Amino acid sequence: MSNFFLAAATLWQRELVRFWRQKSRVLGVVASPLVFWLLIGYGSNDLARFYSGALVLTVMFSAIFSTISIIEDRREGFLLSMLVSPAPRSSMVLGKILGAATLAWIQGLIFLAFAPLAGVSIHLLELIPVAAAIFLISFTLTGLGFVIAWRMESTSGFHAIMNLLLVPMWMVSGSLFPMSTAHGWVKAIMWVNPLTYSIALLNHTLRFPNAAPGEMESLVVTAVFGLVLFLASGIMAAQKATHSAA
Amino acid sequence: MIQVQNLTHRYGDRTALSNVSFEVRTGEIFGLLGPNGGGKSTLFRILSTMMVPTAGRALIAGHDVVRDSAAVRRQVGVVFQTQSLDKALTVEENLRAQGHLHGLRGVVLNERMERAMERLGLADRRRDLVETLSGGLRRRVEIAKALLHKPQVLLMDEASTGLDPAARRDLSRHIESLRSGDGVTILLTTHILEEAGRCDRLVLLHQGNMVAEGTPAELRARIGGDVVVLQTADTALLASKIEQRFGVRPVVRDGEVRVEIANGHRFIAEVVEAFPGVIESVGLHKPTLEDVFVDQTGASIE
Repeated sequence: MSNFFLAAATLWQRELVRFWRQKSRVLGVVASPLVFWLLIGYGSNDLARFYSGALVLTVMFSAIFSTISIIEDRREGFLLSMLVSPAPRSSMVLGKILGAATLAWIQGLIFLAFAPLAGVSIHLLELIPVAAAIFLISFTLTGLGFVIAWRMESTSGFHAIMNLLLVPMWMVSGSLFPMSTAHGWVKAIMWVNPLTYSIALLNHTLRFPNAAPGEMESLVVTAVFGLVLFLASGIMAAQKATHSAA
Repeated sequence: MIQVQNLTHRYGDRTALSNVSFEVRTGEIFGLLGPNGGGKSTLFRILSTMMVPTAGRALIAGHDVVRDSAAVRRQVGVVFQTQSLDKALTVEENLRAQGHLHGLRGVVLNERMERAMERLGLADRRRDLVETLSGGLRRRVEIAKALLHKPQVLLMDEASTGLDPAARRDLSRHIESLRSGDGVTILLTTHILEEAGRCDRLVLLHQGNMVAEGTPAELRARIGGDVVVLQTADTALLASKIEQRFGVRPVVRDGEVRVEIANGHRFIAEVVEAFPGVIESVGLHKPTLEDVFVDQTGASIE
């Protein structure tokens, strides 16, 4: 059991060290959502409305950035030696997802520093639920990235999925328009879109008015979605290959 | 130490490995020689527990690579053809992470790391980022990494690919010292004849089939005598004439006619005499592993 955590911890640490050595990554991940947010926010004269969406986008970019590396890493990189080591695959999944989620979380927290621009002032004690919500969302989106990346043979496939699935998913999550004003079928998509609940959860913890769906519902859906993705990642990684991309 | 029994692997309809069987003894340096696409890498992936074969089985130190892959992974060190290092980490950090994956920690891990860096001449580069190292040094880090958990068996896939001759010699020196110093059994894949010649025993793989097995000397001895290489304008014509006249079977390859024959020097005199003005150049050499491969398959390795 201690070997399980040792392996997971070393992978987690690896993600953080790599990140620290490539600090320009922070800029890339935080800057583009920040620019989108400022343009749309100032353009529509409503920075507050788009704030949660932009923060989730930051987290999503970071999660994608970290998990996309799995594709290359498995063919030519550190993941290769992990695959032939006796460390359980589940420890590898845990280490990778927690590591990548931590990075997404840190970048989400950096984005949080711009909250005052949206008219949000957070007191120290309030910071705890906000930070916890951002971590949960980071964990969930990293799990989503892992599930997509694990079977991918090339990074270009991942880019296609990002543009056709992840970005549209973000657009209809309440990030750009609220569910209450959405048209019939878009509204239906928003109902089943797990990301809707992530945005709502963040809106609740930041005390934005008229956040929907409800707080408890948002928390439960986000947490369950994250857990399901985490388990799916573990199951996928434990399967034995009869074919190798390398 | 390694038993491969009737191993077969298919990717869809393509057969990459067809009913291959051989055994590697403890403390041997054993080579899988063949051209790219011959089945070496498929065999390597199966032995390193990365892939499940379609049929047959393989045992390492008595453990089945499919059913008992966890036990196999504890006994085996793997050096990949592609890099398996984290370039953004230092030499030391890579080794430490690898040790953790094998459940090593603390004083034990520190000692193992020291020893591995020492013996592969990496001690003074320990704090360098891997991305700043040369190809030869990186390969040495890979080997150091594969040795941390003291494996009984080291599997190496095209370990000398991309290395300059000096780094290649250096690598084979390290391989030899592992075998003689630590009794590690080594299985390596290669398409480089020089490297194959240094193995204790070899298996020749071609299109997924095992075409020959033996020591390099045994394999060379299969071709009795000498190899005579003739160059001429019309190779096919010359080959058929030689066949008629001398009763031997020449092989035409790469614009040359090759004849395997005892007493090559005598044959050269006769053949030049027999077809005056036809032969442009003549060569004679003792059989190489390349000749053995050509003899068995009609194809060349490199």
